[in-house]
Amino acid sequence: MNLNAPLIYGLLACVLLISAPHADHLPLWVTLLGTTLLGWRAYLLIGNKPLPQRWLLLCIMTGCVGGILISFHTLFGRDVGVTLLVLLAALKLLEVRSARDATIVIYLACFVIITEFFYSQSILAALFMFATLLVVVTTWVHLQADKLDMRPRLRIAAMLLLQAVPLTLILFVLFPRVQGPLWGMPQDAYASSGLDDKMAPGSVGKLALSDAVAFRAAFKGDPPRHDQMYWRGPVLWNFDGHIWTPGRDGFSRTRPGLLDNLTSPIDYTVTLEPHNKVWLFTLEMPTLISVPAAMTKDFQVWQPAPVTSRLRYSAHSQLGYRANAEEDTRQLERALVIPRNLNPRAQQLAADWRAQAVGDEDVMRIGLAYFNREDFHYTLSPPALGANEIDDFMFTTRKGFCEHYASSFVYLMRAAGVPARVVTGYQGGEFNSLGNYYIVRQSDAHAWAEVWLRGRGWVRVDPTAAIAPARVELGMAAALPESESAALPLIERTQLPWLVSFRFNLDMLTNQWNQWVLGYNPERQFAFLTRLGMEDITWQHMALTMLGGLALLVGLFTLLLLRKLTLRKTDAALRCYLKYCRKLEKKGMVRGAHEGPQDFALRAAEIFPQHITAINTITGLYVALRYENQPDSALTLQALRREVAAFKL
Amino acid sequence: MLSALRKQFRLWLFRPKIESGTVTLNQRRIFIIPTRQGIGFVIVLLIMLLGDINYNLSLGYVLTFLLGTTALMTMLHTFRNMAQLEIRAGRADAVFSGDKAQFVFHFQNNGRLDRYQIKLHDDNGHSVTFDIPALQSVEVKLPLPAERRGWMGSGRLTLHTEFPLGLYHAWSYLQFDTRCLVYPKPAAPQPLPASSDQSGSGKFFVAGDDDFSGLRNYVAGDALPRIAWKALAREQGLQVKQFSSPQGHELWLDWAQLPSLGAERRLEILTRWVLDADAQGLHYGLRLPGIEFPPEHSATHKTECLRALALCGLPDEVKP
Repeated sequence: MNLNAPLIYGLLACVLLISAPHADHLPLWVTLLGTTLLGWRAYLLIGNKPLPQRWLLLCIMTGCVGGILISFHTLFGRDVGVTLLVLLAALKLLEVRSARDATIVIYLACFVIITEFFYSQSILAALFMFATLLVVVTTWVHLQADKLDMRPRLRIAAMLLLQAVPLTLILFVLFPRVQGPLWGMPQDAYASSGLDDKMAPGSVGKLALSDAVAFRAAFKGDPPRHDQMYWRGPVLWNFDGHIWTPGRDGFSRTRPGLLDNLTSPIDYTVTLEPHNKVWLFTLEMPTLISVPAAMTKDFQVWQPAPVTSRLRYSAHSQLGYRANAEEDTRQLERALVIPRNLNPRAQQLAADWRAQAVGDEDVMRIGLAYFNREDFHYTLSPPALGANEIDDFMFTTRKGFCEHYASSFVYLMRAAGVPARVVTGYQGGEFNSLGNYYIVRQSDAHAWAEVWLRGRGWVRVDPTAAIAPARVELGMAAALPESESAALPLIERTQLPWLVSFRFNLDMLTNQWNQWVLGYNPERQFAFLTRLGMEDITWQHMALTMLGGLALLVGLFTLLLLRKLTLRKTDAALRCYLKYCRKLEKKGMVRGAHEGPQDFALRAAEIFPQHITAINTITGLYVALRYENQPDSALTLQALRREVAAFKL
Repeated sequence: MLSALRKQFRLWLFRPKIESGTVTLNQRRIFIIPTRQGIGFVIVLLIMLLGDINYNLSLGYVLTFLLGTTALMTMLHTFRNMAQLEIRAGRADAVFSGDKAQFVFHFQNNGRLDRYQIKLHDDNGHSVTFDIPALQSVEVKLPLPAERRGWMGSGRLTLHTEFPLGLYHAWSYLQFDTRCLVYPKPAAPQPLPASSDQSGSGKFFVAGDDDFSGLRNYVAGDALPRIAWKALAREQGLQVKQFSSPQGHELWLDWAQLPSLGAERRLEILTRWVLDADAQGLHYGLRLPGIEFPPEHSATHKTECLRALALCGLPDEVKP
């Protein structure tokens, strides 16, 4: 079979559509090579030139494998697989010679569409999938019927896909879900995002520019005040003069910290975006959580496996608490360690505070007052710092983001002999009044301090609040100077009413999408089916219901689709006459295609002379109805009906 | 034993029989199985499903289910593409052995649905592909090589389609009682036999069609175009124009003139002679064992002679 040019254009469009979304995350050379291969194919097609030799394609393929080895250092893994498939599809186009090759390109295209979902499963990705699928199926139909025009091709493809939608819905809801993975995942299967368990100047500020959602939280009852919303993440203990890192214990199974004097309970549900880290975010301080998770001595909540898919959990927190009032002395000693050889001026300042103060709590108060009083600025673009980072920041630049303040405050406290540590996480959130939940974005990332005071345990101190109170009360856009808020994501800085309402709607849609489409896991499926009133939810039962539903729907489609294959012969007279013919047929008297009613009557009368009257009457009535303009045809028709009914051989 | 059972099963399933008149393709007549591509596609879908489960790709599930149910539904579409078609065999014009017999079939689409990519083929790989638009009838010619003289049947034909995605193969067997007359293959050009004087009529002018030779009185049965209307207008009575062929050689093409050859070879030579004599405008007669056509020159005569040559020595009714 010779493939015609429009079909090749269709295949080109398919491969282009399936590879285009990958251009974003594949190495540049892959994008360039892919484009070149497609361009080459188009050039050959336009010039009507022969396809390249097999050995040449083989050389290119070998080159591709080499290139992959160089840029990925491996031949396994998700990204390598995707790269190979995309290049393979482009190369296969260069050797499409038969219908079989074209079929392979189409199957390959279907397969590559799915790899796009490793990177994005947004609503937009879904819409793009439908568009791509339409082009692929249209091309597929073209492959089967090469003379068919564009429009009927498109119509048939659209119809095929539309019919599949309700069936897909049944399968999606009822197909027994299995929690993956089924086998070991390649290392690069999931991307990390959001907070790290290390903090250096600039690491949190970098996140402030991202409007990606970290998690969403819905409160049962009244939400807490904005400045009470401290979502606790990694706690950092060790400082080498530049970077803060977690304590010795890190995330390990130790005895959890002790909480007492609990007040202000609050219940809420968090839908955490996958961040590929083990920790979960909860309001300070959590006491209960609905998923299997552990708490460390320093009140970090974590689960054994990294969060690789969207995770939904309900938690219970107490906003008023006393944390580890009886702290282990070794822990307290660790909370006092600083590199002594750096930052002499800061150490001197701390010593001054200690000299003025009576007790640890007073030191803390003096420290906060100092930050409040002196000329510090809250900014996203702090100047660079030298080797003595704390000194430079405290006495020279005095411009910084939350990590600068948290870091130097904890340093100063430690230098003054007050046990202190850095806590990272998120602060605040944006209320979506449409969906009645809070959106916490990466730009809400925050760092604060905790000091240990005798009798009060670990107390949260947020030095950023001392400098820019608006940060914790209203959010970052309010706290930053006007000239800088332009650098924030659009979403963070605009307050135009329609834009706000638009993005709330959009986020609510996204949230619903995440919960119902992307987060439809075994638990969700169970909950949903229970709500639908299904009892005995086992996979057998689900499979049976699914097959039953499918069969029902396919049956319905069958009725609809096979309905108009023969137009009903609406002519009542003809139907009557055909009934009479069938009666004769049973006796072996078949009317030939060429035979008119009168000829047939003559022949029939010869064979059945005893019925000659009936035959003649019926034929006469029928001929009168069909070929003569009768004024009272209704009566004649009745007569014909009667005669035919009475006709017996 | 097993093969006998299988044969029985096939007989029951496909019910081969020769049909006349109009055949309507109903469920009983249409068979459908997945093609090799269809099975390949199922494998692709299964791999995709494994990937969805392993990577928890919700949209992947959506895509896999969409493709899967589309594939499922095309079974219905493939079947529908053939269902309720009405097929009637037309007449096939006679051909010479060695040429292609053009079997004609009329396909009637009584529905509002266009039918695409329907293929009619015989067991030896001769095929024709066509579309049948909604509410229309299409005449399809299937050329099959005519190998032997005599009556030729179309044999068992298969009507199949894989539209729209090629995942399923729907087919139906058709065996009509249509037949095509195959004349013997004309031999290489041969000189015509010398006209035989024994018959004694060769040198006379014989009544022919070519030149006007005069008028005669009308006899009941004379053809109307030959009546001399002008003579009637001149009140000369009803007269008829007479014509004659000037060099009307009367020629006998005789089976017995070719004694030393095989029967088929003789028929081939006689066929060649009939064609040549007809082309030269000669009056010729044909003598075959058991049948004789007196000399004449007309299209009907030629057809009759060729038909006799085609069926010479064959049993009376050869069912296709």
